Amino acid sequence: MEILYDCLKAFFVGGIICIIGQLFINYTKLTPARILVTFVVSGVILGGLGIYKPLVEFAGAGATVPLTGFGYLLAEGVKISVEEKGIVGILTGGLTASAAGLTVSIVLGLIISLIFKPGDKT
Amino acid sequence: MNLTNKEYEKLNKKSSKPTKHVGTLTGAFLIGGGICSLGELLAHVYIKSGMIIQDAYMLVSITLIFISSLLTGLKLYDSIAKYAGAGSLVPITGFANAVVSPALEFKSEGYIMGIGGKMFTIVGPVIVYGISVSVLYGLILFIFQSI
Amino acid sequence: MSNKIGNGTIIFDNPIYIIAYASVGSKKEGDGPLAGYVDFLCDDTTFGEKTWEKAESRIQKHAVEKSLLKADISVKDIDFIIAGDLLNQCIGSIYGSKDMDLPFIGLYGACSTMAESLAIGSVFLTNDSFENICCVTSSHFCSAERQFRFPLEYGGQRTPTSQWTVTGGGSVILSNNPKDIEKGIVIKAIKIGKIKDLGIKDSNNMGAAMAPSAAYTIKEYLNDTLTKPSDYDLILTGDLGEVGSDLLKKLLERENIDISKNHNDCGLMVYDIDKQDVNAGGSGCGCSAITLTSYIFKKMEEGIYKNVLFIGTGALLSTTSVQQGDTIPGISHLIHICKTNFIV
Repeated sequence: MEILYDCLKAFFVGGIICIIGQLFINYTKLTPARILVTFVVSGVILGGLGIYKPLVEFAGAGATVPLTGFGYLLAEGVKISVEEKGIVGILTGGLTASAAGLTVSIVLGLIISLIFKPGDKT
Repeated sequence: MNLTNKEYEKLNKKSSKPTKHVGTLTGAFLIGGGICSLGELLAHVYIKSGMIIQDAYMLVSITLIFISSLLTGLKLYDSIAKYAGAGSLVPITGFANAVVSPALEFKSEGYIMGIGGKMFTIVGPVIVYGISVSVLYGLILFIFQSI
Repeated sequence: MSNKIGNGTIIFDNPIYIIAYASVGSKKEGDGPLAGYVDFLCDDTTFGEKTWEKAESRIQKHAVEKSLLKADISVKDIDFIIAGDLLNQCIGSIYGSKDMDLPFIGLYGACSTMAESLAIGSVFLTNDSFENICCVTSSHFCSAERQFRFPLEYGGQRTPTSQWTVTGGGSVILSNNPKDIEKGIVIKAIKIGKIKDLGIKDSNNMGAAMAPSAAYTIKEYLNDTLTKPSDYDLILTGDLGEVGSDLLKKLLERENIDISKNHNDCGLMVYDIDKQDVNAGGSGCGCSAITLTSYIFKKMEEGIYKNVLFIGTGALLSTTSVQQGDTIPGISHLIHICKTNFIV
């Protein structure tokens, strides 16, 4: 039962974040790349201001899976490493926290493009 | 044609078919929400198998990146995106799709400048500004810590 | 010889004959309303080639070969080949034509290129030292998409005003030495358009970017020749699509010119826009090329259309100009085509 409740929370919060993205698509001329940048930067800022953390605690994947969650991850990483290492942490925190996701994306990007052929959208 | 750009823009707005707001917003909500709740389900499975919460959510992201990359390779992700819009753009799966699709597409331009170079054409800015803003945040934190 | 009249319309003393034409399309074009009229339909969008760019060159080769066959002449009889496409530095045309070993002119006029090539070709043929000129243009959805927009597997939504680049092309053999005058179709006059810009910046709404130039060219041509829209069976614009066609009619209405009764648009004819998920219609150099060299010319041969104004419309943008936030200028060239026996 608890799983179902958590999944519903994730569905709802994640869905709302996506609706915000869709409003950007429908009502502005922003290109996808600009929308993604906006989301990640907002994630860092909201994470830094301490607003995003309660959302992650409430919605779990509903808040970590959207790209704002990636921004939150960067902010959290920097925060922890600045506490631990001081000035060096400013530079290492972000990438350390996001290392797994970035590495997997890059390596899979390479593997998939080696295996598959591009299609023609029909 | 003696009309100004502004007058023409008005004519253009009248002639252009509007975006179907209800359909696109519903699609984004359902599919975006669906991807997130799939992530939550996976997180529960990983936690049950003995993983700590933080690692479990990281593995969720990795699993979703894997699924999305594979769907991109199989030429299915763009068909989902047609209905999902932001619902498949905003989740981490959209990030993975944006990494894989140019790499795959520009394979014909070679392994180095094609796959390697074009991989970041869409997500490059996301990483650049994400990291830069996080450094700025770190700097602010450090200054506050020092005083 | 030719005469310049009015504000730059060129009338040919001796009409330029369209002695043969051929069209090539792919799967989506084969699913559309033109299917029965296209000479060569290949369901495989790669046309057996390794890259989309090579596939586009293959489209041009097929179109040229087929049109030569129909004209019953060999490559050697061609004085010039005038070719164009949408790709950077016109590589689709270059690799399509290079093995033919012919004098070559590469054109860039965006989607207006078919009209542009016919215009240039026919002016060449007013010089008696030339006899046959081949005009060919093409576009390919995949090569255009990866150059101008996103990788094909990228998940994005297309806006309702966007148009679908046609995978296909067409070739026309022009001549000043007709073999079959009775059946023939001729170019009677041309008008080279001016670049017009009313500040449209949205690269997903090219119809709106092109409509002002089309309106300008049509209006000027009617003024120059002292004719009215009802003098023509068909006023055929290149690929304005739904949005651009609507804007064109509105713009001309402001000038008291009503083309609503006999206007059609290649972008609306090449696909079934209600069923084929192409949003506002077709586009690309191949769009007007395939429509003209399949349905339109066949119907002219049959005598359904006798007197046609064809206005090739192009949106003159590049990825650089779009990223730098520039507006999208449009251009439209007009070709007046009629049946030989229609010339008075």
